[in-house]
Amino acid sequence: MPDLRSPQTSPDPIRRSTEAVAPPKAESVGHEANRRTNLPSSGDADILARAQAGDHSAFAQLYSLHKRRIYSLCLRMVGNVAEAEDLTQEAFLQLHRKIETFRGDSAFSTWLHRLTINVVLMHLRKKGLSLVSMDEATEPAPEGSPGRSFGAPDLILSGSIDRLALERAIGDLPAGYRLIFVLHDIEGYEHNEIASMLDCSIGNSKSQLHKARLKLRDALRPFPLQEERR
Amino acid sequence: MKEDPNLMDCYEFQAQLPELIDAGGKAAQHPHLQSCALCRALLADLETIAEAARQLFPIEEPPDVLWKQIESVIRDEEKAQEPARRTPPQ
Repeated sequence: MPDLRSPQTSPDPIRRSTEAVAPPKAESVGHEANRRTNLPSSGDADILARAQAGDHSAFAQLYSLHKRRIYSLCLRMVGNVAEAEDLTQEAFLQLHRKIETFRGDSAFSTWLHRLTINVVLMHLRKKGLSLVSMDEATEPAPEGSPGRSFGAPDLILSGSIDRLALERAIGDLPAGYRLIFVLHDIEGYEHNEIASMLDCSIGNSKSQLHKARLKLRDALRPFPLQEERR
Repeated sequence: MKEDPNLMDCYEFQAQLPELIDAGGKAAQHPHLQSCALCRALLADLETIAEAARQLFPIEEPPDVLWKQIESVIRDEEKAQEPARRTPPQ
């Protein structure tokens, strides 16, 4: 694995090029494949080192490499295109301001990912949203709600889920459910990490994730919900 | 709650489900599922959803104009910092 530690040379902001730099068009397939493992290619490490040294063209390349992942993360977390664009912009601006502080203690993509989540969470807190109680998640589940629904055998999901239908259903989740579902099931964070990020208990994180999955189950059913209890 | 898991009803099983699912394969081996097709179906669906979520990749592309905006702010910030850096300390 390439060493992602920052270069020893001290960056000189005065020498930074101020020319407009167009980001490369193509996004690395290798990077996509490494989404969960966060393994950077040697090319990524070189780009990162140059961006840390103040190379605008390298920063543009970093943007191109990570823009889809960061934008998708923001969009899934907030469920709103305009907000996701603003948050993506803010995440990359923060990256530009802080990139010199990255020392390689974690993979760069992990570091950028966490930076982005912090940007989104700060935004949600500024909006006055309580991150774990903004919906019915903390209320007792009424009879027939997803938390206590029983699926009849003929409503079993077919075993494969249409990706677009799932994306739509995730977008329709209440904000608190969506946040935890995205962080846990899509982004792969553990409950203890989510509890720390959202300042809630691990049990609350587990409970909300479960309710989010139940809501998605209902949304993805091919037929309307029919209660069946025994 | 009934102590014997074989006698557990669906409400009790589902109340424990978040913890059981988080504990890995424990949920699928729960005795309640041997006699309850409804809860088996529920668990299968939830596992399918979680697996489908793990397969989701970033699919959304931000608009091209976003990079222009980011670049513009970066340039403005650097311009704002340059005079301060060039001014020698008094």
